[in-house]
Amino acid sequence: MNEFLAFLDQVWLARFVILRGLGLTVSISLLAIALGSVLGVLVGLALTYGNRPLRFVVRAYTDFIRGTPVLVLVLASFYILSTIGIELNAFQAGVFALAVFCSSHVGEIVRGALQAIPPGQTEAAKAIGLTFSQTFTSVLWPQALRQMLPTWVNTAAEMVKASTLLSVIGVAELLLRTQEIISRNFMSLEFYFLAGLLYFAINYAIERFGKYVERKVSVPS
Amino acid sequence: MTKNLLEIQALRKRYGSVEVLKGVDCTMQQGEVISIIGSSGSGKTTMLRCINMLEDFQGGRILIDGEPIGYEERNGVRVRKSEKEIARQRALTGMAFQQFNLFPHMTAASNVMLGLIKVKKMARDEARSVAEKWLERVGLGQRADHYPGQLSGGQQQRVAIARAIAMNPRLMLFDEVTSALDPELVGEVLQVIKDLAADGMSMLLVTHEMRFAFEVSSRVIFMNQGVIGEEGDPKVMFLKPQTERLAEFLKTSSFA
Ligand SMILES: Nc1ncnc2c1ncn2[C@@H]1O[C@H](COP(=O)(O)OP(=O)(O)O)[C@@H](O)[C@H]1O
Ligand SMILES: [Mg+2]
Repeated sequence: MNEFLAFLDQVWLARFVILRGLGLTVSISLLAIALGSVLGVLVGLALTYGNRPLRFVVRAYTDFIRGTPVLVLVLASFYILSTIGIELNAFQAGVFALAVFCSSHVGEIVRGALQAIPPGQTEAAKAIGLTFSQTFTSVLWPQALRQMLPTWVNTAAEMVKASTLLSVIGVAELLLRTQEIISRNFMSLEFYFLAGLLYFAINYAIERFGKYVERKVSVPS
Repeated sequence: MTKNLLEIQALRKRYGSVEVLKGVDCTMQQGEVISIIGSSGSGKTTMLRCINMLEDFQGGRILIDGEPIGYEERNGVRVRKSEKEIARQRALTGMAFQQFNLFPHMTAASNVMLGLIKVKKMARDEARSVAEKWLERVGLGQRADHYPGQLSGGQQQRVAIARAIAMNPRLMLFDEVTSALDPELVGEVLQVIKDLAADGMSMLLVTHEMRFAFEVSSRVIFMNQGVIGEEGDPKVMFLKPQTERLAEFLKTSSFA
């Protein structure tokens, strides 16, 4: 009991540090998910509708990124980009790496969702005289969005977990902050547990939000 | 002589190296109801799909009201028209499919309204009232705000027909619209088509319902291995087939 009070005491002492770490983790994740999703939609469109050379290039990109450990992407964008004249600070480099990682996954999700739509949908749209862009915006994309929502939510949760890797390049996100705190008070079990709980809370919120949107847009049947 | 609504001249279509339509000729006047019969794989669907350019074709011409569909001659070379132009030409015909192909994320009314709003540039309110009128006509006035997943197969197909007809096409194409339906739902869809025929709608319908083809058509076309094997008045076609092929086909079909 005393130990638990001591832990709470330490948490109280470190509350701002923890909150700043949490804030940074959330910012990194949101930025990476947002940028990665925008880029990923473009990747998915290229994979689905691009001509052969474009598809080949984009396919190579996604396969390469998906075959590379995220940690390697993070280290590479921090240490290697600067050698070719792109100067990013640790935060920017980390977000960039995560966004790239996210885009390759979202690209696959988008491609899969679009290709899962029966060809009859496009044909019916053509038959009433819709152009391709009209067909895409009114018929294909709304169906693809519904279909990919659950997988996209999973990817978003993966991004939150992957954000911990930014601790390696010194971005003071939640994990690095936790390690700092532990190095001062040696309560490793307790504070790792707390960090775990906070990550869980973020992902739980994402999941609930996803379920909420899913319900909102679900088609009655 | 009346101008032809539809004119198909020496239509040829290949899938890869396999020729599926081997020179189809056919003309059709406004108000005609033509049934296309023939065994599976004879090219009936392909012919309909060429008429609204869901399939490219390699030879021959298709004209609607004298206007060449899909391709034009430029300096003596046959070129495919622009996608935009083809989209416009597709709206000259309406098509109903075997699998209905309703947009599952839209209500019955929205399915019908989409083309009216996007292609005909109708205002929402006007499109809504046109959609309601046509849903009423196919007996689904009460189902306007239902989603396809909430409708029976027969109801879905009737919405799909309303969606096509609402665009006010010159010609309706029906491709085995009752084949995917449970037997007890076939009648309601055929009745809708009969009503449209009675209104003078020009239509070309591929069907396996021989009794229906016999009753509703002004002319019947028998497709056989990529060409028209025989065509003529339904009474002659069904009761006194002129070719061995057609006689054989009728024996194996449901027409009794
Ligand atoms: N997309 C396609 N690719 C290759 N062959 C096809 C395709 N669609 C149809 N075919 C072939 O073309 C022929 C005619 O098909 P279809 O027009 O569907 O016949 P029907 O509607 O009379 O049953 C068939 O031999 C069929 O296998
Ligand atoms: Mg067919």
